[in-house]
Amino acid sequence: MNAMPPLQKQRKLSLKERYAHLTRDLGWETTYQPMDKVFPYVAYEGIKIHDWDAWEDPFRLTMDAYWKYQAEKERKLYAVIESFAQNNGHLNITDARYVNALKLFLTGVSPLEYSAHRGYAHVGRHFVGAGPRIACQMQAIDELRHAQTQIHTMSHYNKFFDGLHDARHMHDRVWYLSVPKSFFEDACTAGPFEFLTAISFSFEYVLTNLLFVPFMSGAAYNGDMATVTFGFSAQSDEARHMTLGLEIIKFMLEQDEGNVPIVQRWIDKWFWRGYRLLSLVSMMMDYMLPKRIMSWAESWEMYFEQAGDALFEDLSRYGIRKPKYHEVAAKEKHRLSHEVWSIFYNYTQAAAFHTWLPSEEEMTWLSAKYPDTFDKYYRPRFKAWSEMAAEGKRFYNQTLPQLCTTCQIPMGFTEPDDPTTICFRSAEYKGERYHFCSDGCKDIFCHEPEKYVQSWLPVHQIYMGNCGGAEVKDVLAWYHLNFGVDNFDYEGSPDQKLWDEWQAQKAANPV
Amino acid sequence: MTIDIKTATIQPRRQTYANVARRLGADRPASRYEESMFDLQATGAFHYRPTWAPEYDLFDASRTAIALEDWHVLRDPRQFYYGTYTIARARMMEATEKAFAYAEKRGRVSGVAEDWMTVLRHYLLPLRHYEWGANMNNCNITDIGFGSTITEATMFATMDRLGIAQVISRIGLLTDGGSGTSLTAAKQDWIEHPDWQGLRHAIEDLLVAPDWFEVFVAQNLVLDGFVYPLAYRAFDEAGQGHGGGAISPLTEFMLDWFDETSRWVDAVIGTAARENEANAGHLSRWTNDWAKRAREAVTPIARAVLGPAADATLDGIAADLAVRGRKLGLAV
Repeated sequence: MNAMPPLQKQRKLSLKERYAHLTRDLGWETTYQPMDKVFPYVAYEGIKIHDWDAWEDPFRLTMDAYWKYQAEKERKLYAVIESFAQNNGHLNITDARYVNALKLFLTGVSPLEYSAHRGYAHVGRHFVGAGPRIACQMQAIDELRHAQTQIHTMSHYNKFFDGLHDARHMHDRVWYLSVPKSFFEDACTAGPFEFLTAISFSFEYVLTNLLFVPFMSGAAYNGDMATVTFGFSAQSDEARHMTLGLEIIKFMLEQDEGNVPIVQRWIDKWFWRGYRLLSLVSMMMDYMLPKRIMSWAESWEMYFEQAGDALFEDLSRYGIRKPKYHEVAAKEKHRLSHEVWSIFYNYTQAAAFHTWLPSEEEMTWLSAKYPDTFDKYYRPRFKAWSEMAAEGKRFYNQTLPQLCTTCQIPMGFTEPDDPTTICFRSAEYKGERYHFCSDGCKDIFCHEPEKYVQSWLPVHQIYMGNCGGAEVKDVLAWYHLNFGVDNFDYEGSPDQKLWDEWQAQKAANPV
Repeated sequence: MTIDIKTATIQPRRQTYANVARRLGADRPASRYEESMFDLQATGAFHYRPTWAPEYDLFDASRTAIALEDWHVLRDPRQFYYGTYTIARARMMEATEKAFAYAEKRGRVSGVAEDWMTVLRHYLLPLRHYEWGANMNNCNITDIGFGSTITEATMFATMDRLGIAQVISRIGLLTDGGSGTSLTAAKQDWIEHPDWQGLRHAIEDLLVAPDWFEVFVAQNLVLDGFVYPLAYRAFDEAGQGHGGGAISPLTEFMLDWFDETSRWVDAVIGTAARENEANAGHLSRWTNDWAKRAREAVTPIARAVLGPAADATLDGIAADLAVRGRKLGLAV
């Protein structure tokens, strides 16, 4: 046993040293098992870490404080959820069309929170440094929190609206949900450093304000007290996650110069992958919110172009430049949401949320927000579709779309310099031809073809007979999508019928 | 008398999510635990093989020898989801904080005999590294385990073990005047002292064990089944005659935690054992093998603290664990 020196003469620890004792000093160099067997995954990506101790803890949170703060937030959040349900809070939203944004969120985003939980558990176990490991473990449990609180928040909506009933099942099967699913599985199947670049940096730090925040602001603008309370409750978690994202990037860049080109390639890849995923958000912002926050183009300018400029200028001292193809995203910002909403209008029969054509008032808003593109390209298209519908010939696209092998979105995006021509790219690998929606997606494939040839492409899977049958109805049944209830236009849907009844009841109540 | 607040009643169209209704056998109101725990993990249509384990799917039931028809039978009797988990731990921690505040107010832990303080530092403080090993083992299960039911509970266990490592560390800081010297010494004990090498060896072997269910059994049933009763009951009792009672309120958290968590560990292992004979066989074998090893691993520290009484104490602990195992349907 070690003899203890006299206590009185010891210097008290600084807060930083004390935190180190409570966290990173818990780890030790293993000797009964070699370190590279205990931590087998930190070398194969080529990232070199010379000194794990150089890791600066981005926040000093011990478990006692974590439990206390988080429990406090949970108590408050559940009180609001409870009261929302008790008072039929869903009656106070702007319009039932709003709930379709929640459907997209619960089926498309909440499962990603869960995937993030497992992904962070992976890096939380496998990083060599105990400091970053603890930061990742905290994010792992936070992400579980977000998945669970989102399910609880939307549980009340599920009782009154369609399309929210089987989110996980749908996420693993429905054609457009393979976009977010493949995005996250791409990250989770990558090595630990790429995972953190993908999720902590690109997703959390660079893109959170364009993904998570628009849904929460949409909730605030549209009278959805439950969801916006969740958003506020998650805010301090998100702030921690963003801090971790920047910290991990700087840590990798500072540890070895050889890391810079690897990280740059990941930033390029995950920027483009994230941006393509955001196209679903763009349509939500411009088309699905009865009361809009701002346009997609405005939010791209504010949160990526302006905030991103400052960020990448800061990172330029490490030799990092702005992500490749950011200029393509800038060119696309005036058409992205219109192109994506058009795809869903075309395939409304196979979507788990309702679609509609924008009203005259909404088109006025769109014209104002997109003066160079909306009236020229999209208003005429909507006008034609609306005339067809009025004649009883509502337009449906009956052929299954070709999907981009990388992002898995139907090929509906246009050439960067020509909004009237669909952009097709292709590449050959081992005698097979693969198709892409953009140069960005093609590049990602060509760098790791052996990964992307594995893609579970929903349209291919339908043709191969792996999705319940050959008829649309069979496939939808396999998706657990209730035909004639969850899909098709909002106009004429059970959601609309009930909403109108509730509104009528409300109006009939004596003041 | 009751009061009667008039509210508009609107008939819900369904009571719960469809996946939950399928599991409950009917569309009826479900608990928050049920709604937020079932089916969160993807089970199919995986896009890419993990580059770090290409022989498996991203989530793969074949990463353990245990086989279950439905992985969601491994339920947690505490019904923890994130909210109830953090609220339960915050409550437990409140009592611990009071104990720390009380001890801190009196300068340092008064009344503990100096020679017992040396013993206490030697047996208690290295356990923070044991806890860190347990953190990694549960984190590993959260990573490669199968089904959101078991992996969400192991996530909570992961954070519990970090929290307990920190409570132990704070006791060290309390006894060394906040200098950290006791913790540095404890780490050296963990790395070098013969009393600790058996346990460190066992933990390091578990860090590389491939079958996550074996890790679950070895860590959460067997090793904890020895370490907790030994350190927080037997050693604590031995210290009562030396003023060690001043420390007891600070480790109360661990005792409460162990009692509570054992209910979950037992439910998981018992359910898996009941499902089929092959499972029961694996679980029994793991329990027996690790019990033998665990006893050997803790014998030196038990003897150092308890002297000649150590073997009888360990016999008692081993017997309790065997009773517990047999209740779960294990041949132990």
